[in-house]
Amino acid sequence: MPAATASQTIGPYWHLLEDPSWADLTRLGAVGERIALIGNITDGDGVPVSDACVELWQASPPASADWDGFGRAATDVEGNFRFVTLKPGPVPGPPGANALQAPHGAITLFARGLMIHLQTRVYFEGEALNKQDPLLASLEPARQATLVARPEGERDGLPSWRLDIRLQGVGETVFLDI
Amino acid sequence: MNQASDAPFRPYAPGSQPPLDAADYGSTQKRHPISALVRLPGGHTATELTAPRFSPARYPAFADLTAPGGGKALGERIIVAGRVLDEDGRAVPGVMIELWQANAAGRYDHTRDQHDAPCDPHFHGAGRVFSDEDGRYRFITIKPGAYPWRNHHNAWRPNHIHYSLFGSGFAQRLVTQMYFPGDPLLAFDPIFNATPDTAARARLVAGFDLDVTQPEWALGYRFDVVLRGRGATPFEEGRP
Ligand SMILES: [Fe+3]
Repeated sequence: MPAATASQTIGPYWHLLEDPSWADLTRLGAVGERIALIGNITDGDGVPVSDACVELWQASPPASADWDGFGRAATDVEGNFRFVTLKPGPVPGPPGANALQAPHGAITLFARGLMIHLQTRVYFEGEALNKQDPLLASLEPARQATLVARPEGERDGLPSWRLDIRLQGVGETVFLDI
Repeated sequence: MNQASDAPFRPYAPGSQPPLDAADYGSTQKRHPISALVRLPGGHTATELTAPRFSPARYPAFADLTAPGGGKALGERIIVAGRVLDEDGRAVPGVMIELWQANAAGRYDHTRDQHDAPCDPHFHGAGRVFSDEDGRYRFITIKPGAYPWRNHHNAWRPNHIHYSLFGSGFAQRLVTQMYFPGDPLLAFDPIFNATPDTAARARLVAGFDLDVTQPEWALGYRFDVVLRGRGATPFEEGRP
């Protein structure tokens, strides 16, 4: 059997798909600890990535009738994205392992100039499980920090967490080989 | 072979995927990470092994891209059909496939597209279909036109339809493009040619198919999409 189909860039016109309501993962009525996840995406020159498609997938809380656990947001002209979501809880580790992973979401980036999507994670500062999370623990502190969102207080009525993403260069985000 | 739904997905086959740093595609230059991608220490977890399940009840299918303008879209009407399979050749049912494309003149219905080609008020260019129990999908559209893209002197994208697919695990997430057979622009396209493996590139090109073609109505093309398989490859399984 052939290998998986080759990825191709999402290009600059993926907005034809866009439904801005998808940036709110609670849009179907999910109830829980609602937060905003905001961030800014820049390239190797520090230039905002204004045409990115950012996807957020959470295995926690588990999917239900009013919660897909999935959202999609576009970056604006300044490279900013904003999701509304439920704060995730701990996630089981790999099958067969006993350890829990710290609360996190999977972030997937598509954009012009990305032949295949970039995959990373968002963790949350202050979570007790962060110290023993297998992925975080495997990274040196400076690299670890690129995956950990920090609280920014209340904004537009919701506790907001910020995770900026740097595609290349100084402060480059840790991207995953999934 | 472990095919349980919690089995990890196989790594991508060497050469089957394009690099993030594709020298001939200028936009990759400042957008690819320099550091090596990091593997999850324990392998795939629920985050990678599960995925959102999109039901057509909540995300209605939209299989006729010519319909919004009352079927008056300009250009060559075509039918595209195919199957969504995994690397073991098994059908993958219930996959949501999102589609988008330029109109027949090579222009997207998008404010950022400034190509000097006519817009078509009867064609938007976005669709959504789901694979059935046998992994089959089908949609009707207009053959998209080629368009210029400024990557290099006299750069033109070959005719293509953009695809976005969600599988049963988020590690299967795929965004790709379907091309058309016999397109002379394929030879010059840095995006198409970024994938190292020749056979992998060839599989991005749909086949003309007389069985999909509908008499007196529209030409048909066949395009199968393969998502990553779970568990060990047969090759690895055969190792002592
Ligand atoms: Fe395109």
